[in-house]
Amino acid sequence: MINKVWDSFESAVADVKDGDSVMIGGFGSSGFPLQLIEALRQHGARDLTVISNNAGVGDEGIASLLKDRLVRKIVCSFPRSAGSVWFERLYEEGAIELELVPQGTLAERIRAAGAGIGGFYTPTGYGTRLAEGKETKVINGRGYVLETALPADVALIKAQRADAWGNLIYNTAGRNFNPPMATAAALTVAEVERVDAVGDLDPECIVTPGIFVDRVVAQKEWRNDAA
Amino acid sequence: MRLKPAEIAERVAQDIPDGAYVNLGIGMPTMVANYVSDDRQVIYQSENGILGVGPAPAPGEEDPDLINAGKQFVTLLPGGAYFDNAESFAMMRGGHLDLAVLGAFQVSEKGDLANWATNNDTYPPAVGGAMDLAVGAKQVFVIMSHTTKSGEPKILESCNYPLTGAAVVKRIYTDLAVLDVTDQGLRVRQLHGDNTFDEVQALTGATLLPALS
Repeated sequence: MINKVWDSFESAVADVKDGDSVMIGGFGSSGFPLQLIEALRQHGARDLTVISNNAGVGDEGIASLLKDRLVRKIVCSFPRSAGSVWFERLYEEGAIELELVPQGTLAERIRAAGAGIGGFYTPTGYGTRLAEGKETKVINGRGYVLETALPADVALIKAQRADAWGNLIYNTAGRNFNPPMATAAALTVAEVERVDAVGDLDPECIVTPGIFVDRVVAQKEWRNDAA
Repeated sequence: MRLKPAEIAERVAQDIPDGAYVNLGIGMPTMVANYVSDDRQVIYQSENGILGVGPAPAPGEEDPDLINAGKQFVTLLPGGAYFDNAESFAMMRGGHLDLAVLGAFQVSEKGDLANWATNNDTYPPAVGGAMDLAVGAKQVFVIMSHTTKSGEPKILESCNYPLTGAAVVKRIYTDLAVLDVTDQGLRVRQLHGDNTFDEVQALTGATLLPALS
């Protein structure tokens, strides 16, 4: 019997190690696995590399990991938003390393990692500062930059519904980085609003097939206050 | 005379064709949607994974996950669709979007775009989807003030801020004029109000070509 449903967020992240790379789904205030992030913060693994589109705002979500100084490096496209005080403070102190990646390149590097692709040539960033030091190639008259796959040890993602096989359905634009991240980590843990019986999710609507998901934890209560 | 930001947005809206798939950048570009004529059907893409972005929801009707790239609550129009970020940027890079309207710090006479970083290294940089949009959309329009707050030209022979993309901008809409980036150079398409060619040229850091009659 396959049953990927775990009882608690705490146990589902208990084997995250110091130095691990952790993908965290979400964009702005949408589609964040906030209760998994809180469990990771309490777990206290340090020297993490966080891969996410943003670097967190206020004191919650990714910002809470920064505030507790658990993050050594962040790989993201848009670290600076109104209220990204902890990222800005650590950046000024030199206490966090930033790898800035154009958003589409970030998504495609994650997708490539999950799809067994070693790297790809993209026109994004060609001729800019973000391509410095990278291999480039002109293909059919257009310049491209070689970008490599970006895998992770752990992916923490957020979906709306799951079943015990790990199949996932998302809510509106809360999908964002969650499906590609689900494919790209050695361990994928999904925070969901509800768990349905196997067979009850419409197979035509499943966005992430269960093969990509290792653990599913249902929320104690629905909340979305990362903004 | 100088147009107000909303008036520049209104001018851009006149040039958005019926049936176009369009991405509007954060800030002034987002205002363009307010002025597109009702007899045109334009489908807006949001980089976080929405096609068919609708207006802001009524208070109390917000879906916490349904936001645009500027993190504002939006709605989905009938016929709209959701997709993940990898697919969203494949859509951009793959040349499927007809138009991106972006803000800018600087634009060069060759259409180089600088809109993601200044030369202030103490400030952490952020790029988001700007570089993907710049190279991916079939056309890039820039909407911006013609000069900085202190009166320095933002349209230059070459940008001195870090580039977002090289030779990507097709047209520039400012508070003074509309300029086309052409193989011959920057050509005036329209002067707003009673602005003269010489007045606009004096506030531009690159040589302008007069409008074709």
